[in-house]
Amino acid sequence: MKRILTTTTALMLVTFSAQAEEITVMSWGGAYAESQIEAYHKPFTAQTGITVISVDADNPAVPVQAQVEAGNVSIDVADLEYPDAVRMCDEGLLEPIDAATLPPAPDGTPAVDDFLPGLLLECAVTTITFSTIFAYDTTVFADGPKVIADFFDLEKFPGKRGLGKRPRANLEMALMADGVPAPEVYAVLSTPEGVDRAFAKLDTIKSDVVWWEAGAQPPQLLADGEVAMTTAYNGRIFNAAASEGKPFVVVWDGQIQEYDLWVIPKGAPNKEAAMEFVKFSTDTQRLADQAKYIAYGPARKSSAALIGLYKDGKTEMAPHMPTNPANMTNALGSDFEFWADNNKDLEERFNAWLAK
Amino acid sequence: MADTSTLGATAPLTTADGRPLSAALAQAHAKSRRSAFLLVAPLLIFVLLTFILPIGQLLVRSVSDTDFADNMPNLGAWFDANPAGSEIDESAYAALAADLQAAKTNKTAGKVGERINYDVSGSRSLFTSTARSADKLEPPYEAALLGIKPGWDDPKLWQAMRQASNTLTPNFFLAAVDLQRGPDGGIERAPEERRVYISIFIRTFALSALITCITLLLGYPIAHLLATMPLRYSNILMIMVLLPFWTSLLVRTTSWIVLLQSQGVLNDLLVVAGVITEDGRIRMIYNQIGTVIAMTHILLPFMVLPLYSVMRQIPPSYVRAARSLGATSWTAFRRIYLPQTLPGLAAGALLVFILSVGYYITPALVGGAKGQLISNLIAFHFENANWSMAAAIATILLVAVLILYWVYDRLIGIDNLKLG
Repeated sequence: MKRILTTTTALMLVTFSAQAEEITVMSWGGAYAESQIEAYHKPFTAQTGITVISVDADNPAVPVQAQVEAGNVSIDVADLEYPDAVRMCDEGLLEPIDAATLPPAPDGTPAVDDFLPGLLLECAVTTITFSTIFAYDTTVFADGPKVIADFFDLEKFPGKRGLGKRPRANLEMALMADGVPAPEVYAVLSTPEGVDRAFAKLDTIKSDVVWWEAGAQPPQLLADGEVAMTTAYNGRIFNAAASEGKPFVVVWDGQIQEYDLWVIPKGAPNKEAAMEFVKFSTDTQRLADQAKYIAYGPARKSSAALIGLYKDGKTEMAPHMPTNPANMTNALGSDFEFWADNNKDLEERFNAWLAK
Repeated sequence: MADTSTLGATAPLTTADGRPLSAALAQAHAKSRRSAFLLVAPLLIFVLLTFILPIGQLLVRSVSDTDFADNMPNLGAWFDANPAGSEIDESAYAALAADLQAAKTNKTAGKVGERINYDVSGSRSLFTSTARSADKLEPPYEAALLGIKPGWDDPKLWQAMRQASNTLTPNFFLAAVDLQRGPDGGIERAPEERRVYISIFIRTFALSALITCITLLLGYPIAHLLATMPLRYSNILMIMVLLPFWTSLLVRTTSWIVLLQSQGVLNDLLVVAGVITEDGRIRMIYNQIGTVIAMTHILLPFMVLPLYSVMRQIPPSYVRAARSLGATSWTAFRRIYLPQTLPGLAAGALLVFILSVGYYITPALVGGAKGQLISNLIAFHFENANWSMAAAIATILLVAVLILYWVYDRLIGIDNLKLG
């Protein structure tokens, strides 16, 4: 008996020491995280043998900040939005990533020139461009809304609306629907009257709004028939339409473009493997591959040429990209400086407004 | 009269080995007290580590915020030397410049700016962009700093920095009850569009009271049935009460979404039955109705089980005796049965109320905007890394519940609770 016990314990110790390396990557869940698993995680594991554990959060910035401040970090790589990445880098919560170590484009252009301007930060590397748009169900509105003002028009298009439960994107869309041209939106929003104007516009539909918090909720709300129109991340609506055959249509007028970036939290347990992952997943082919699974635009110029068909082999991806010229007639790039400064203030005001 | 003088003169009682009895007794008692304490010690340590320490830290966090004071020592010293109302002169700007240069080296400019940003919007970028050029600052510092960014001479900014340099601050508690510091340092109400906490506190307590009443009305008959039915049927009924209790909370809450949503089961039934029209579907989810319904469902077992345990103990002969003496069923219930169930009722009501006051997950999922309770606001501040604000609101909640508990104790008496 004793010999069996010692042998089995010894065998266990051997297997523990032979454990493969692994990294934990935190993302936003749903169809977006699945596209990352297909395009980044699986090829990475196939090439390097390092296991990638994918975890989800409604907003990865929150757990990353909590973990780094508590000194107990379990995440190696996280997917953050631009204002959060800038803010947390300034606060020293992220590891610096040297852009010179990123792989060059196939034609030799170094990474610093291949990435679109402003997308390589001291502590973060942009992967995709995504947009907050609004979408509707064609079975509800055969002749559907065309412009952002239609979203706020309850007479012409009756029914409930879905809005994200945060001021970002909602305030800009409200101003654009109220007639403010896109280039002036942030100037107007920087004034107290402008903020009042945005909230007044939101007040016109407030009693008919269903508030969503997770990216996967808007397509669900549309499918349930709970809302007639909803704002959403464009890729989630595309996936519901393309892979599940839902009759959803994206309205690109008034789209608010933002970026998603990879960051490595300070004190990440597997920093070298994390750096390898970031370098691997941001090369030209990988970024183009992700476009095969979800309608988000790659951050590299060289990847644009490689975008082809959706994974079903039939749908062309280019028309569904936020950066497609046909979709950019009334687009607004989210101003990260504005939000990094004013997010706290506006969120508190937004919460108070919600509670009334 | 007895001669008492001799009584006191006798020698004090001793044990067999000559020690005074009182000393020996005390020693024996001490030994048994020590072993009792050692038996309880693990529990005491557990409560200390998991309850008293975290709550103590919470209380400390709610009044202290060291982000600014730790990283801007020169400014802190200047504020100590120059009381409020002093002119912001070159020495202040010199202290600021020295601190910004240190902040650049230590990469703390963002954290400091974030802290001031709570009070004065736009400060974050002011601090970070100035810190980036901090090395090039030269005297006269006032002109140099205003040259980089003109926002540095804003008196509100200096007031905010002065307040932030005190580690102990009541600002979070003030904000948690919709008050704020006025420009002259006095206390005033927060602007109209920011007042949210008091109304949500009231909403939380009102909804919790409503849920307690509804669970009481629903749970009382169920408990009575359980207690008086023959064992065979009451077993099945007990399983029907306990099985949902053991099912995952998330599963139960999301199944309510399926039942109550606009195109959901209940609305479809009502439309088919002709009670409402297709356009007139009732909105029962993502509002207060959804919160109340889902929370009542989830908290019902907490009311049923204490009531059931107490009702089991009540002999049926009292009610029968009352009826035989001529009481109507209502009088027999009101004067004989109900008072006997009061301990269980008090226990169940207290349990349900305290649970629903602190409930987070159900209002978050089905409450929409109007059904949010105070714990959702606490969670919001945690998510934004504003620990101090979350701690302040949580402390107020704790104090409010303790006050209610004290009132409850005076009215009903905690010793009069029975859980069975």
